[in-house]
Amino acid sequence: MFLMWYRTLQLGIKSLWLHPMRSLLTMLGIFIGVASVIWLLAISEGISLEAQRQIASLGADTIIIRSVKPPSEKLSPQGVTPYGLKRDELDMLVSTIPTIRSALPIREIRRQFQYENVTIDGRLVGCTPEYADVTRLKVESGSFITDAENFRRENVCVLAAKVADRLFPGKDPLNKPVYVPESKDFYRVIGVLQHRNASAAIGGSLAAQDFSNDIYIPIRTLQQRIGDTVAMRRGGSFEGEILELNQITLITSSIEDVKTTASLVENALTSHNDMQDIAVVVPLELLEQARTTRMMFMIFMGLVAAISLVVGGIGIMNIMLATVTERTREIGIRRALGAKRSDIVRQFLVETIVLSVVGGATGIIAGVICNPAISLTRDIIKDRFPQTFAALPEVVQKLTPTIVPESIPIAFGISVIVGVVFGLYPAYRAAKMSPIEALRHE
Amino acid sequence: MISTPTRSACSVRDLKKEYVLKGETVRALRGVFFDVPEGDYVAIMGPSGSGKSTLLNMLGCLDKPSSGQLLLGEDDVAKMSDDELAEIRSRRIGFVFQSYNLIQQLTVVENIQVPLFYQGKLGKKESDRCVELAHMVGLAGRLSHRPNQLSGGQQQRVAIARSLVNDPYFILADEPTGNLDSRTTEEILQLFHRLNDEGRTIILVTHEDEVAKRAKRVVRLKDGVVQWDRSNTEESRREAAENAIRNLPVES
Ligand SMILES: Nc1ncnc2c1ncn2[C@@H]1O[C@H](COP(=O)(O)OP(=O)(O)OP(=O)(O)O)[C@@H](O)[C@H]1O
Ligand SMILES: [Mg+2]
Repeated sequence: MFLMWYRTLQLGIKSLWLHPMRSLLTMLGIFIGVASVIWLLAISEGISLEAQRQIASLGADTIIIRSVKPPSEKLSPQGVTPYGLKRDELDMLVSTIPTIRSALPIREIRRQFQYENVTIDGRLVGCTPEYADVTRLKVESGSFITDAENFRRENVCVLAAKVADRLFPGKDPLNKPVYVPESKDFYRVIGVLQHRNASAAIGGSLAAQDFSNDIYIPIRTLQQRIGDTVAMRRGGSFEGEILELNQITLITSSIEDVKTTASLVENALTSHNDMQDIAVVVPLELLEQARTTRMMFMIFMGLVAAISLVVGGIGIMNIMLATVTERTREIGIRRALGAKRSDIVRQFLVETIVLSVVGGATGIIAGVICNPAISLTRDIIKDRFPQTFAALPEVVQKLTPTIVPESIPIAFGISVIVGVVFGLYPAYRAAKMSPIEALRHE
Repeated sequence: MISTPTRSACSVRDLKKEYVLKGETVRALRGVFFDVPEGDYVAIMGPSGSGKSTLLNMLGCLDKPSSGQLLLGEDDVAKMSDDELAEIRSRRIGFVFQSYNLIQQLTVVENIQVPLFYQGKLGKKESDRCVELAHMVGLAGRLSHRPNQLSGGQQQRVAIARSLVNDPYFILADEPTGNLDSRTTEEILQLFHRLNDEGRTIILVTHEDEVAKRAKRVVRLKDGVVQWDRSNTEESRREAAENAIRNLPVES
């Protein structure tokens, strides 16, 4: 029995080989189907993993509350309306919700920084010592802000890597003063951070942040030196802002508590509903959303795959029907010489299976080289057309496709099934003919 | 003369075959009685449309009779299923067609092997036998040629070798020389004669008297029944063979 299949296979390959171009084109359908399934899945998996990684980097056990500028119709036409999170609310949350392990208040202000004759634009970030742990900042030299410095409202600062480079090119910034002209303050550099990746925008609620121009100072220092009312240059004019805290990051005692804590927090902050001046971001929920989105995407891709493979299958069927007609005489001869209907079915089925399996297998090979192919293309674009490359969206620049392991056996299985399903009808047509009629065929 | 009881290669009793075409019934065979002992050499003649091919197809298990009995050796064919008929075709029937009917993409040896393929006999021993048969029909130098590289006569020899490969009850040949010139016809007839001398049963359909005269027996069909059934004497057969050779065109 095995030998029979083996010989039928030989026979099938031989007759496919007789029309190499035709066979090649027929296989192309399945090839493209399988390869594109693997590619699309790998690319979407890569994007999804990156999104999940970014969300996870916010901390799955955290809840982020951000102050957002309220819509203009909520602001009073005269003067400057105070908005956003209050320090009282921070204390209130921490003291009333037991599942909050700690809380990080953050205040960010756009400022200019000066050292000797270098002036740069950047962001002054007032924070507490825990900030470094929670956001996983690594200190390159010196140290991060300490509790004592925060408590004593010292004029110390920690520089992001890029700020250090730009403000102190070729110099050691430690213990040197950074001047902030707008508030006429000096801050002594006590630490320099390692490079930190920018965060992408997540959902609609958390804007992308570029941390490379940050200077971190104790939040109590910021409160005392600058206060809540800040004038900021916008274009030519000044714009006022009254805001106590830009962000509070709450760290819950465990991941299980995140959801209840989040709803308690939202309840506690209902006073902001009217102004719409805060946004609560729960990374865990975003993570779950990202995973559901991934599932949806996979299902969608599955459909696309199914469609393209069906199209490939129809191609195979079309060719096989033509082949059956063309080889009617041969079928008649074989039947006259003792081939059963099942032998004829097997012969044609083997041919379609060979077509679809070879198409599928080469498709898998083309699918698996997805990652090197994409990074190669990217490198070429980067070398030859640097501007074009810079203009590409960040996802594309950073894209690392991740092959979904299941996609390979599934793609292969589907191509075999396509071969069988779309081969059956032509094979049946071939076998159905009476030997005498088939022999008469010219 | 002592007559030895010979076994029957085939035995046909009241065989009928009707084709229904768009409500019209064509009665191709209307009750044929016909016996062929092993080792016989029968030529079936008759006007066009008399049912010769129909009868031969029935004997070759390519088609089922509408009624009647058809015994091949010990197999009763009339009531067999499609698969059983295919099985018999591959095991016990050798068919030779007017238009050779070789498979174009196969070589000479592979073509000879096809009936064995469907018996599941795929070993070395079988391919050796095919090579041997190719030698026997005089195609030793052309084992791996394809049909389109051979002359008509050579193709028909391949077909004859193929018909012998499964050690059949009989060789059925439907106008085997119909497409061949007189010299090639003669070659094929000599091959048949030799095979018959070696004990093969041969049933062939022909329009040509010269061909029929070389057989041991001539059956004439008319309108789907046997009109007459005669034996050729040894002398008349030898005479016909000599005449045929004498009348061959001079080789240029
Ligand atoms: N498949 C078929 N369907 C319908 N009628 C058929 C079929 N095959 C044969 N016939 C009819 O049966 C009759 C006998 O045909 P058959 O082919 O046996 O004749 P034949 O003696 O071989 O003729 P020829 O010498 O021309 O080959 C004819 O009338 C033919 O039209
Ligand atoms: Mg005929």
